[in-house]
Amino acid sequence: MTILIKGPRPYGEDAVDVLVEDGRIAAIGDSLTVPGADVVDAAGLVALPGLVDLHTHLREPGREDAETVETGSRAAALGGYTAVHAMANTDPVADTAGVVEQVWRLGQQAGLVDVVPVGAVTVGLRGERLAELGAMADSAARVRVFSDDGHCVADPALMRRALEYVKALDGVVAQHAEEPRLTVGAQMNEGDRSARLGLTGWPAAAEEAVIARDVLLAGHVGARLHVCHVSTAGSVEILRWAKGRGVQVTAEVTPHHLLLTDECAESYDPVFKVNPPLRTEADVQALRAGLADGTIDAVATDHAPHAVEDKESEWASARPGMLGLEQALSVVVQTMVEPGLLDWRGVAERMSVAPAAIGRLESHGRPLAVGEPATLLLLDPTHRATVDPAALASRSRNSPYAGRELPGRVVATFLRGTATVLDGKAQR
Amino acid sequence: MVVKRHLLEAADLDRDDATLVLDTAAQIESALAGREVKKLPTLRGRTVVNLFYEDSTRTRISFELAAKRLSADVINFSAKGSSVSKGESLKDTALTLEAMGSDAIVVRHGASGAPHRLAQWVQGSVVNAGDGTHEHPTQALLDAYTIRQRLGRLDGVRVVIVGDVLHSRVARSNVWLLATLGAEVTLVAPPTLLPVGVGSWPVTVGYDLDAVLPKADVVMMLRVQAERMNASFFPSAREYSRRYGLDARRMGTLPDEAIVMHPGPMNRGMEIAAEVADSARSTIVDQVGNGVSVRMAVLYLLLGGAPGSE
Repeated sequence: MTILIKGPRPYGEDAVDVLVEDGRIAAIGDSLTVPGADVVDAAGLVALPGLVDLHTHLREPGREDAETVETGSRAAALGGYTAVHAMANTDPVADTAGVVEQVWRLGQQAGLVDVVPVGAVTVGLRGERLAELGAMADSAARVRVFSDDGHCVADPALMRRALEYVKALDGVVAQHAEEPRLTVGAQMNEGDRSARLGLTGWPAAAEEAVIARDVLLAGHVGARLHVCHVSTAGSVEILRWAKGRGVQVTAEVTPHHLLLTDECAESYDPVFKVNPPLRTEADVQALRAGLADGTIDAVATDHAPHAVEDKESEWASARPGMLGLEQALSVVVQTMVEPGLLDWRGVAERMSVAPAAIGRLESHGRPLAVGEPATLLLLDPTHRATVDPAALASRSRNSPYAGRELPGRVVATFLRGTATVLDGKAQR
Repeated sequence: MVVKRHLLEAADLDRDDATLVLDTAAQIESALAGREVKKLPTLRGRTVVNLFYEDSTRTRISFELAAKRLSADVINFSAKGSSVSKGESLKDTALTLEAMGSDAIVVRHGASGAPHRLAQWVQGSVVNAGDGTHEHPTQALLDAYTIRQRLGRLDGVRVVIVGDVLHSRVARSNVWLLATLGAEVTLVAPPTLLPVGVGSWPVTVGYDLDAVLPKADVVMMLRVQAERMNASFFPSAREYSRRYGLDARRMGTLPDEAIVMHPGPMNRGMEIAAEVADSARSTIVDQVGNGVSVRMAVLYLLLGGAPGSE
């Protein structure tokens, strides 16, 4: 299979032709002509390495009515992703080799992105004792990222042991930083708006306190820590301090925390209910600055599909979470690229290279260069469109971007030389 | 208000809207004064549903009386023992009631914002009868009505609201409405029972009840639930009562004309002493009576036009 991609601009730089053979980039040059090759016209499109998501909820097994590995994979491919980390809070929980292998195999069958299971840190996400982390690491799923996401590993002694234990697996603990006692019944960011709306506040300190504790623990035991969905200005400051001290800590921010604020809660529409909650404009600005300067290493979607009945309710009884895979790159273009905070190489670093490195995915996040895997996306950065939830590939409709105009359209995605998306349409 | 379809929060009301409700309540009261049959034909043929997800006998009865005195048909729908207890969603319940022909839904719900959600799903009017820890707009309207009745004005009236502001929908509605109507509001509470973010409200905040009482025209005591003690909002009921309760000694430091209010139900001996609740300054019984008039005014203004018109 030979594909000639005509005229893309790698990292937004000078236009070239890219020849793909046997799943790899065989040549990059001007005016390549290859008889018999399938030609993809990419004039004006930006080429980037395929995106890697560290934080995706695919809901299978257990809530196949909200999303399946297949529908989530399709949404991911359409968003320019070539690998996604599937979070462990399924039913049953991905806390054994059996469950992570099941999810991994479903991903292989769907064949749209590499589905990389995340293993639970503790049995049943209950925060009581370690799950068999080694068995999951050694399984066919090759788990390297462990997380109780949705729940915080709140017990400091257990968190310390988890951090230590995964050192032997070249693993990382991805912490959902939320002090549970400070967030009992919490519904939205605690501040002026929660006071007025009468929704129980989720204080920034409940996130920052856990991050502060965990960076100290990670530094103490010399382990890798990854912080999920950082949402506050204070968290960015703590991470900056910890990195300055040489702690092996990485962090991610979601597209929605880069764009939206707690003002969205004014409608009481639970499509805007998410955990951690949408914060203030000052937090948004600090997150963008942190992502720009590398204090925050990666963008991760926290794509969280929910069935209609779990969102079409009063705010307090709705489930937290929002879709993200299909709009993540567009949101990054709007919040980071257009204001000049990140160039295209920066986007590649934060959405592909860094998350692949954190997840230890050797064949992702590779440069666009001869001999490398042809795992890449083509983006039309000038295209603008209004988000229509009904048109999404996800099985769910809980997009916080409904009705918003966003820039950028993923025209094509290639996974090891195979087009998973062409002309903006999924190929399977 | 004439052009609005719902009453969701006091924060939505401008000065003209709020004054119109109070004036309408006063007109209704004088129209009914001395009548043997305390009933107006205004809402004949209209159906008002009281959809109550929380037990609140007094508010439900007040709305029921208000609707009946306007000749509306009234349905009381309590969530307990209904389809709701079998797992029916708020949306399905609302659509069911509307399909049966309800013109207005008066809703009490434990979740803040539930009436706002309802208003997005139904065609008819929605009246918030208390949502979670958010608002209870008709309570604030009846409180404003009572203050105006007793003191003759609202502009410049100094109102002190005391107690569990954090969890109080009554406090929130009163803060916005009284500020809109020109009153000067002071909140007094232990800092644990004030929301983070209270600094953005149009109020003065204090922790010392004794310091503010000599300059108060109105003292509004909020119900404090003893359960809050178990979550360490305060050390003990006794300490709360000593520091923030209104007893006869404290009442004695009020100016002569000052009144004492409470939205009920009261914890006598906790936030308010029995001799204060039963004193001549107390408007607690007036508030209950005024509640019916104010709720009649709200229903009249929302539904009073011809069916189908706004």
